[in-house]
Amino acid sequence: MNKIIKYVITDILRNKIVLIYTVFLLAASFSVFSLEDNSSKGLLSLLNIILIVVPLVSIIFSTIYMYNSAEFIELLVSQPLKRNTIWLSLFTGLASSLSIAFLIGAGVPVLIYQANLVGFTMILTGVLLSIIFAAIAFLATVQTRDKAKGIGAAIMLWLYFSLLFDGLVLFILFQFADYPMENAMIGLSALNPIDLSRILILLQLDVSAMMGYTGAVFKDFFGASNGLIFSFFVLLSWIVIPVWYSTLKFNSKDL
Amino acid sequence: MIQLKNISKHFGKLKALDGVTTICEKSECIALIGPNGCGKTTLIKTILGMVVPDSGSITFKGNNILNHWQYRDQIGYMPQMGRYPDNMTIGQVLGMMKDIRGKSEGLDEDLIKAFSVQNLLNKRMGTLSGGTIQKVSAALAFLFNPSVLILDEPTAGLDPVASELFKEKILAERDKGKLVLITSHILSDLDDLVTRIIYMQEGKLIFHKSIEELRQDTGEERLVKSIAQVMISNYE
Repeated sequence: MNKIIKYVITDILRNKIVLIYTVFLLAASFSVFSLEDNSSKGLLSLLNIILIVVPLVSIIFSTIYMYNSAEFIELLVSQPLKRNTIWLSLFTGLASSLSIAFLIGAGVPVLIYQANLVGFTMILTGVLLSIIFAAIAFLATVQTRDKAKGIGAAIMLWLYFSLLFDGLVLFILFQFADYPMENAMIGLSALNPIDLSRILILLQLDVSAMMGYTGAVFKDFFGASNGLIFSFFVLLSWIVIPVWYSTLKFNSKDL
Repeated sequence: MIQLKNISKHFGKLKALDGVTTICEKSECIALIGPNGCGKTTLIKTILGMVVPDSGSITFKGNNILNHWQYRDQIGYMPQMGRYPDNMTIGQVLGMMKDIRGKSEGLDEDLIKAFSVQNLLNKRMGTLSGGTIQKVSAALAFLFNPSVLILDEPTAGLDPVASELFKEKILAERDKGKLVLITSHILSDLDDLVTRIIYMQEGKLIFHKSIEELRQDTGEERLVKSIAQVMISNYE
């Protein structure tokens, strides 16, 4: 298993798109931190960039990479290897390369300007988001052989998680404004890893009220430590469930 | 060596394989022939476990291959269209395969030498021409001395010299007692290679004969003409 992971990582880290992604994150982070005189303000701006860019790059890059590797996967399947091993190695390789890119691109600047709990939470959620959206991409690629359909589905999923979901939440909130919605809201937020990551960081930044409805409700409802544990647990299941389901599908897939 | 019993496979409404039953023994070079879309590649993929049949069973040296993967250690497969990670060099691909198979000794590097692949070890896969990729695929299929070789359209992209060298290699391996399964549309390439013919049409196995039987039945000396005769009589 380690062998395939090693080769996938060397392949991806040489990929120009990943290099550009890393450089972009570096440039964005450094410019954001040097534009703001207060580095926690900078962190807030960076948060918004990260919450849009990281899921987008992770899901699109992973989907395209998997479709481009279709023949290579066939070759691996024709070798004496278990399908589980192949799929999980590809996932581990892809997820770790994206995480490495994020750690270099955004992790290093954050550590330089904001080496505190908020900074660390931000790095951790960025890494988690990279892995989650790689997992979702695996789900999309295992479902359909058609590249155009798969990439389309990936873009729609990203759009849903970063834009449409918030709209839906707001809509529901206004429709049921007369009822106590806090518990339901927590349940709803767990359905979106991007929102959850935002909440996770905002819970520590004391600006939750400014960042949309979901964040405010969470801040109000959770004591910080409970919120943290709950969010991390949910984020982890956003990795485990798609990976588990796609592995199951891949095991019986015709190549 | 490989025994297929009543293999059927559907892709949606399309019947890719329809009750295929046959036995392939060692020291044979078997050609899979048939019109486009007759299920040749699907048949090969079921043997490799890449496609799971809807019904029927495949045994490899007496063991059912369903949910097994170790048996592929004894198969060398050359795909129709080999594609490798663009950013890896040929040397890295060869190294990776050796890693995966866990073998670094007793390798059969004849084809690597014959195709002068060792001069290209630092070339990235993404920069290679189709023919060179075919050479790499061929070299990989033979590298681990497998007892079964499965070659899907092997000579399609090779230049005449490479194609001749490759055919000599196939003959040598067959004479060593290996089973070679080839699909090809270039019948002239197969003429002096194959010992048996499997003819398929619309997912059905029409016949599995030795080349002498086929010659007798059709009254033609050349494989090209005998197959052409069979194809025309089955063509609708």
